[in-house]
Amino acid sequence: MASGVKPRVKVPKKATAGDVITIKTLISHKMESGQRKDGDGNLVPRSIINRFTADFNGQNVIDVLIEPAVSTNPFFEFEAVVPEAGEFQFTWYDDDGTVYETGKKIAIG
Amino acid sequence: MMMTKTLLGAACLSVFALTVHAEEGAKLIIDGEELTIRANAPAHAENIDEVSSGWIYRSKETQALQLDDFDNPAFVFVDQAIDEWDKVDGSEGKACSSCHENVEDFAGLRPTLPRVDDGKLVSMENLVNECRTERMGAEPWKWSKGKMTSMTALIGVQSRGMPVNVAIDGDAAPFWDKGKELYYTRVGQLDMACSNCHEDNYDTMIRADHLSQGQINGFPTYRLKNAKLNSSHARFKGCMSNIRAEPYKEGGPEFQALELYLASRGQGLSVETPSVRN
Repeated sequence: MASGVKPRVKVPKKATAGDVITIKTLISHKMESGQRKDGDGNLVPRSIINRFTADFNGQNVIDVLIEPAVSTNPFFEFEAVVPEAGEFQFTWYDDDGTVYETGKKIAIG
Repeated sequence: MMMTKTLLGAACLSVFALTVHAEEGAKLIIDGEELTIRANAPAHAENIDEVSSGWIYRSKETQALQLDDFDNPAFVFVDQAIDEWDKVDGSEGKACSSCHENVEDFAGLRPTLPRVDDGKLVSMENLVNECRTERMGAEPWKWSKGKMTSMTALIGVQSRGMPVNVAIDGDAAPFWDKGKELYYTRVGQLDMACSNCHEDNYDTMIRADHLSQGQINGFPTYRLKNAKLNSSHARFKGCMSNIRAEPYKEGGPEFQALELYLASRGQGLSVETPSVRN
């Protein structure tokens, strides 16, 4: 698992039902290329995020296929319609099998 | 025909200018708080009328990154420093948080640095390393390495919005004089002083770069060109290499004196730490 990985998301705390809200996500991640060697001359295994998804109450909002040229600390901004109160679930999938998750609740009112 | 060509050319130019330069009178407002990006020059900066933040000279897109802490990539590093804050290191079994309960207590520190303590000029990096070596029993951090710049950004951001206010009289006077001398001394193969670009020619283009006044109120600053936080001393080093001079040592007496002098030139500007520049 890559070190120093920290997902962060920005979702408004409240919205009106049917509102389009803007969601921002950022994950700090080194994107280890798999080409580098460590101090002992061994290859550092590749660790790049290859997929990002966002779900709202179990329903998929966005599903991104990420190619290896992605930058470090990738930032995604997108819009979503909120029909009801609930929770957004964000998931990042790493090449090494690690899954980074975070969630954010949103209220209606 | 000639006429249309010229007109077209002019039209193209104006479009170009609009996309490259940010709007006049743009305001730097973060979380509802407006930062001072222009101020009357302090009396000791006798050759300029107004001091201005480097933010003004960046493109609209770069400026926008600094308007929201979520968009500001520097906060990735500030977050890392928050983790580091609680991490025990060294022989004494202490973390920063063992002595300093809240990092918020450091509000007001950034604008007053560098300052003179017991006859020595100290920057924030010196204070951090003094804690590490003397109280934590840990290895000092290198001046411009990731952990140091992240930590100085975390401590600095507590004072964001406060006006820069360094002491330049009394004990600090000799250091300030030395910094001023360095600022106006031509060095390197290109035989240039800081003032040649940042005082005589700010707000003009040096090839593709829009010259700023070289204010350091936003350091450590996140630069798009290297995607990390940069200390002011690392920036001085970059400038000196650009004019083909042999840079002074980071954390050395020359750069510290220059840091004090430059900070004093930004008297009145808000602390912008951590700023975003190209």
